[in-house]
Amino acid sequence: MHPAPSVILFTTFSGLGFGLLFWLGIGMPGPTGWVAFTFFAIAYLMAVGGLLASTFHLGHPERAIKAFSQWKTSWLSREAWVSVAALLVMVVYGAGLVFWGQATVPLGLIGAALSLLTVATTSMIYTQLKTVPRWNHWSTPALFLSLSLGGGALLAGQVRFALPLLSVAATVQIIAWMTGDGRFRGRGTDIGTATGLGTLGRVKAFEPPHTGTNYLLREFVHVVGRRHSMKLRLLSLLLGYGLPILLLMLPFSHIYAGLAVVAHVAGILASRWLFFAEAEHVVGLYYGRQ
Amino acid sequence: MTELPKTTARKLGLVIDLDTCVGCHACVVSCKGWNTENYGAPLSDQDAYGEAPSGTFLNRVHSYEVQPAEGTAKLIHFPKSCLHCEDAPCVTVCPTGASYKRTEDGIVLVNEQDCIGCGLCAWACPYGARELDAAEGVMKKCTLCVDRIYNENLPEIDREPACVRTCPAGARHFGDFADPDSKVSRLTADRGGMDLMPELGTKPVNKYLPPRPRDAAQDIDILAPYLAPVAEESKGFVAWLDKALSAIPGGSN
Amino acid sequence: MTHRQPHLDTSPKVSDEVRKTTCYMCACRCGINVHMKAGKVAYIEGNRDHPVNKGVLCAKGSAGIMQVNAPSRLRAPLKRVGPRGSGQFEEISWDEAYDIAESWLRPIRETAPEKLAFFTGRDQSQSFTSLWAQSFGTPNYAAHGGFCSVNMATAGIYTMGGAFWEFGQPDWDHTKLFILFGVAEDHDSNPIKMGIGKVKGRGDKVIGVNPIRTGYNAVADDWYGITPGTDGLLILSLIHCLMKAGKIDLDYLAQFTNAPCLVNEDPASPQQGLLLRDEEGNPMVIDRRSGKPARWDGDGVEPDLTATLRQKGVTHRPVLHHMADRYLSDDYAPEAVAEATGIPAARIRQLAAEIAKTAFDAPVVLDREWTDFRGKTHKSMVGRPVSFHAMRGISAHSNGFQTCRALHTLQILIGAVETPGGMRFKPPYPKPATAHPKPHCKVTPGAPLNGPHLGFVHGPEDLCLKDDGTPARIDKAFSWENPMSAHGLMHMVISNAHAGDPYRIDTLFMYMANMSWNSSMNTSGTMKMLTDVDDNGDYLIPHIIYSDAYSSEMVAYADLILPDTTYLERHDCISLLDRPICEADAVADAIRWPVIEPDRNVKGFQSALCDLGARLGLPGFVNEDGSQKYADYADYITNHIRRPGIGPLAGWRMGDKGTQHGRGDPNAAQIDSYIANGGFWVEHVPEGAAYYKPFNRAYQNWAVQMGFYDSPQPYIFQLYAEPLRRFQLAAEGEGRIQPPDHLRDRIIATMDPLPIWYAPIEDSHIDTGEFPVHALTQRPMAMYHSWGSQNAWLRQIHGMNPLYVPTKIWRETGFKPGDWARVSSTHGEIVVPVVEMAALNDNTVWTWNAIGKRKGAWALKGNTPEATKGFLLNHLIHELLPAKEDGMRWANSDPITGQAAWFDLRVKIEKAAKPGATQPHHPEIGSPVPAAPANLTWKVGE
Ligand SMILES: Nc1nc2c(c(=O)[nH]1)N[C@H]1C(S)=C(S)[C@@H](COP(=O)(O)OP(=O)(O)OC[C@H]3O[C@@H](n4cnc5c(=O)[nH]c(N)nc54)[C@H](O)[C@@H]3O)O[C@H]1N2
Ligand SMILES: Nc1nc2c(c(=O)[nH]1)N[C@H]1C(S)=C(S)[C@@H](COP(=O)(O)OP(=O)(O)OC[C@H]3O[C@@H](n4cnc5c(=O)[nH]c(N)nc54)[C@H](O)[C@@H]3O)O[C@H]1N2
Ligand code: SF4
Ligand code: SF4
Ligand code: SF4
Ligand code: SF4
Ligand code: SF4
Ligand SMILES: [Mo]
Repeated sequence: MHPAPSVILFTTFSGLGFGLLFWLGIGMPGPTGWVAFTFFAIAYLMAVGGLLASTFHLGHPERAIKAFSQWKTSWLSREAWVSVAALLVMVVYGAGLVFWGQATVPLGLIGAALSLLTVATTSMIYTQLKTVPRWNHWSTPALFLSLSLGGGALLAGQVRFALPLLSVAATVQIIAWMTGDGRFRGRGTDIGTATGLGTLGRVKAFEPPHTGTNYLLREFVHVVGRRHSMKLRLLSLLLGYGLPILLLMLPFSHIYAGLAVVAHVAGILASRWLFFAEAEHVVGLYYGRQ
Repeated sequence: MTELPKTTARKLGLVIDLDTCVGCHACVVSCKGWNTENYGAPLSDQDAYGEAPSGTFLNRVHSYEVQPAEGTAKLIHFPKSCLHCEDAPCVTVCPTGASYKRTEDGIVLVNEQDCIGCGLCAWACPYGARELDAAEGVMKKCTLCVDRIYNENLPEIDREPACVRTCPAGARHFGDFADPDSKVSRLTADRGGMDLMPELGTKPVNKYLPPRPRDAAQDIDILAPYLAPVAEESKGFVAWLDKALSAIPGGSN
Repeated sequence: MTHRQPHLDTSPKVSDEVRKTTCYMCACRCGINVHMKAGKVAYIEGNRDHPVNKGVLCAKGSAGIMQVNAPSRLRAPLKRVGPRGSGQFEEISWDEAYDIAESWLRPIRETAPEKLAFFTGRDQSQSFTSLWAQSFGTPNYAAHGGFCSVNMATAGIYTMGGAFWEFGQPDWDHTKLFILFGVAEDHDSNPIKMGIGKVKGRGDKVIGVNPIRTGYNAVADDWYGITPGTDGLLILSLIHCLMKAGKIDLDYLAQFTNAPCLVNEDPASPQQGLLLRDEEGNPMVIDRRSGKPARWDGDGVEPDLTATLRQKGVTHRPVLHHMADRYLSDDYAPEAVAEATGIPAARIRQLAAEIAKTAFDAPVVLDREWTDFRGKTHKSMVGRPVSFHAMRGISAHSNGFQTCRALHTLQILIGAVETPGGMRFKPPYPKPATAHPKPHCKVTPGAPLNGPHLGFVHGPEDLCLKDDGTPARIDKAFSWENPMSAHGLMHMVISNAHAGDPYRIDTLFMYMANMSWNSSMNTSGTMKMLTDVDDNGDYLIPHIIYSDAYSSEMVAYADLILPDTTYLERHDCISLLDRPICEADAVADAIRWPVIEPDRNVKGFQSALCDLGARLGLPGFVNEDGSQKYADYADYITNHIRRPGIGPLAGWRMGDKGTQHGRGDPNAAQIDSYIANGGFWVEHVPEGAAYYKPFNRAYQNWAVQMGFYDSPQPYIFQLYAEPLRRFQLAAEGEGRIQPPDHLRDRIIATMDPLPIWYAPIEDSHIDTGEFPVHALTQRPMAMYHSWGSQNAWLRQIHGMNPLYVPTKIWRETGFKPGDWARVSSTHGEIVVPVVEMAALNDNTVWTWNAIGKRKGAWALKGNTPEATKGFLLNHLIHELLPAKEDGMRWANSDPITGQAAWFDLRVKIEKAAKPGATQPHHPEIGSPVPAAPANLTWKVGE
């Protein structure tokens, strides 16, 4: 899949943002006043910023409101509802903390749940796609959720939780990569079933329908070199998980914490790039890819 | 609503005959022409006269080489447009309801006024049947020429998809798969019409007729008698000629 | 109710108006419905009523709207202001353009009309342009046929009075076995596709003989991946098998061919190898009824295939005996030809057996009575449902004429020409070679030529030679180098004019042929010839006038450009006097008319010729008072009279009782009638006249009524081609008109009156060990030569062309996807991208034709893939073969017809580093048109 910056930024930052909101919602930490304001501002910047970024790849962002209509079938629509609900609930909850120093616990818990649900719906947008076997697997929501929780914990300063959660996320990430690499083949979808010609012999794409490029090739057919991908995987493991975990294990310092966050974000951006770039869409089969 | 209709009254779609398609791209261009001028936004072209021309097409013709375990390689032309799936994942993922499958005939359409151009439906389609138009920002796909097949401004004989009407080799057929007696149903039954990527559960309406067996190693023994010599050399041939001619009553037919 | 769906208008208005005219994106000439919205072209579809395409339309035809609106359209007459080849022009008025043309042409017409060479490309107005050239008085006129498929045309006409090439088609409704030799696309694009669809739809069989398995060959049920240039051998081997098995149609051969005609066998006779004739020159046969010689066409004669005749001490044996002598020889046994053809003997047998089985086990019998030219009535029409079609794959070789003859011989031997299920002619064909004019070349300053330029020669006395025996024409057509060059040799014009051989010319006037690019061999050399100067710094070809509609590569090399309109903006006529659009069951002609008016200062070329002809005072283009005769081409189409009662269009002519078809006087409203009828006229062949046309009285009478000829012209098929023998005899020393000595052996070897096969001539001029690989081009179905690339839709389909390499060579060379190769011939080298292909002859590489473009042409911008990844194979092909020991450089053409031998090319192929762009790379040429827009969002209705 085409690793579009807008989707990479969206999934990374909204994941972090909603992760932070989750922790804020369950009162860990439970700041008030300006501190609360800062925490919420960061969370909203990330969550809303991510959502906004996602609208950049829309052909008609001005019609985005229409995306609320299909919650019955569409994960994207559900994400729209849940994210807005999460943001609304948390704004009320946050306002309590900032202006009145009051934590309305049930509201916080509902907000936290909605925040997590948002991340889940986001992940389901990808998970549901049978056309992208790499994503079409439990590891996708597991990764999104563990990352969101872990990253959120990191941002929320919940070192106790961040350490195990990031370790879990790292493990899920590794599982996702390892199982993901063979999943396409494992599904039994190949150029033979794509064309129905597989029963006749070995099928090879001969001439594409056009010598130039098109939307499908730009959007779905992206080939990452194996070496390149290994390098990026290592880098993202190191930055996204290894370094933050290391830094968190050091005696607490704001500098280390800040560095941990920066490294984490950088690492996750890299892994998100891979998440898209390495995802093979079955349509590539028609063009002889895979 | 992007819920799929439980059933549709008719199941309109295409049969594409891979045995006959010569790969001429006529269907590609007539589709481009019709749909540029008709349903929804025109199909735009970017960098049309430049280095990397790239436009929106609703129907494209691939070609594949098939190497059987034994014998010569075959080349198969492979037109592909929306298959109007019964279980269309492109419809259910759509957040806006722009994508829908018509109850009356099963045609999968995009209502361009509602489309936000998120691209998700194209992600969900296994067949590469949807293309986001770069100029208009809306999703384009084969409409099964819904603006032709019922169009009372067209003579009745022309109420068929543009690609079917134009196909010089007669490799495309349009009809109702819900009717077991329709031409498309019969062709599918007779010629083993197949689904593309059936394992994905999309239940495509369009069917592909597989190429007939090619280069069958005919039994030369059956044909051998046809070449049984009447003569090895010209003398013998002339003798045979004489005989053969006397059997013909002077230019008989 | 969960499922809601928007209301949809399923009956939107389609267009304001439909205007019906004729497509021009190739020579198939399909009928089109042009949907108009707000006065503009909105959508183009096929015309269902049209005899050619019956509603279907190909990719190019459907993309016509992008052609008509292409940014590359020329806008006004152009005068060159920079050096030739720079592309620097100034737009001028039509008056100035005519002044310039007149200032060049008038003096040469008055002194030496041959100094004008007027050659046209693949246009469809040759009966008009040739008339103009004839009135001008130059012998130097021809169209593109010489480099296209003249082998096919002449072999067909000399053998059976019609060719596959536009004049014939399989009996699609009855054929059970369709065998296609060397065709990728052909002119009959849509009818062939429709036909193949029909045959396959019935479950009948299609067989492809072609080194490459794409397109039609891909859908063929059986594929014979023959080695290029060896089809003749394969066909003669099939003939061998069939004759040996007696699977030939004796009845048909006896009645309708010259198989029973008697050949003089006296080695001492000046008539040796010619047919026995009576005093009036009629070939003789032995009549089975009397055992006596009789005229071939005598009433009730039953020709005998076996009887020999000894007369005045000379033995005469029937043609069929000679054929048996030759083709039963083991030289043609499948085993003997398997290696050369690349087809195992068993498969050759299999093909022969399949032909035999289909032809003789399953004849088609139509219950239609007919009477032949001998007056004999036949109760039914019996046919052999095996049909063949072939085109440039067998024709564009230096042995192509004989190969085409061989194929026709095969068809005739099994009785599959003009019989149900076989090959049928399209009216106004059949028409034997003897019914065609002969070539004319007598020049008189200030006066017309003595007759039409092109035609069919029947012996040395018909050649176009000057008194000193040198060629009279600039292209050396109808000379000893290629005596039967019925279409001229357009590919030799620039080269000969540059060399001053046989003489120098003053003005090269060309129309619609991209001669500095894809229609020339040796493209780089041609560009140089067009720009070379003499010691005074004057161009070796002093003046070049060119008419194009678009900013092609050729425009840059002309001094004066006459900009044509696009095909929807002008009148045209697809005339029976020219290349017909008829179908086997119907005679038809058609027009184009301005369905839109040009928005630029351009003019239909034919109308410009009417103007120019009048300015030059050409007879036929001026009235008696010297005024202009035809205001424009429409006026000519309506009012020109070729023979009494015959004009360019056959429909709606004026008779005593109103309009009538075929013959008649001009009708001022004729074009309107065509428009009202959908742009064409069609008349069906009567049922009883539909088959056996050359022999069928009913057909012959109908043809006279329609005006194809003025009296019935029945004839028999010429298995044995006497005209060839006459040239051979001359080369053997017989007769007054003698070839130059250096050509004798070649004439004797190649001009055999019975089909033979010899290896492509390039093979004997080069080291085939060094250049082992055959290199071919094919027409892409969605592109027309060089002009498709300016079409925004089509160029997305074919924007570049890799070289396709067979798996064997791919592996041997160690190619990987994405690699490039250096491909060299004796003449040059190119560096190009390669792609592997399995369904390909092991020793053949190929590419799509004419996708490569010169930078700067066609209003394409910058580093287009056409210029950086596309290429022309033409750089490797020379118009002359490498010199042999004698220092002579033969033309790279068929020695009989002069057909350009594009497909004889031999190359070697090596891996190469990827260059910046395909090599050779020519510098960008200036564009005479403004830059193209970047993006297109097209919707006319809004
Ligand atoms: N779409 C489209 N249609 C066209 C044209 C076009 O440019 N585009 N051009 C028009 C013109 S001008 C012409 S002349 C016709 C030509 O139409 P075709 O005769 O179809 O010409 P080519 O495409 O050159 O195809 C030649 C075929 O012969 C095969 N071949 C080459 N050598 C041999 C051989 O030795 N033996 C055999 N058996 N096969 C061989 C090649 O593989 C190829 O398939 O097409 C006309 N129609
Ligand atoms: N290597 C290789 N070379 C080949 C061949 C091959 O098989 N292999 N095939 C050969 C054959 S058979 C042919 S026919 C030639 C074809 O080659 P060309 O005759 O050069 O064909 P085009 O490229 O179509 O060029 C015709 C010119 O006509 C112009 N034109 C188009 N429409 C109009 C119009 O309406 N009016 C006017 N005045 N001009 C117009 C186009 O812009 C173009 O410049 O190529 C030959 N060259
Ligand atoms: S082919 Fe693709 S776009 Fe068409 S209905 Fe099926 S999934 Fe949807
Ligand atoms: S691109 Fe349009 S049609 Fe497709 S899912 Fe998004 S809103 Fe629906
Ligand atoms: S049915 Fe209509 S929209 Fe669909 S591919 Fe054919 S022409 Fe295009
Ligand atoms: S028009 Fe017909 S033959 Fe041509 S590519 Fe399309 S389906 Fe195939
Ligand atoms: S075959 Fe195509 S390009 Fe040629 S005349 Fe017909 S529609 Fe036009
Ligand atoms: Mo041609």
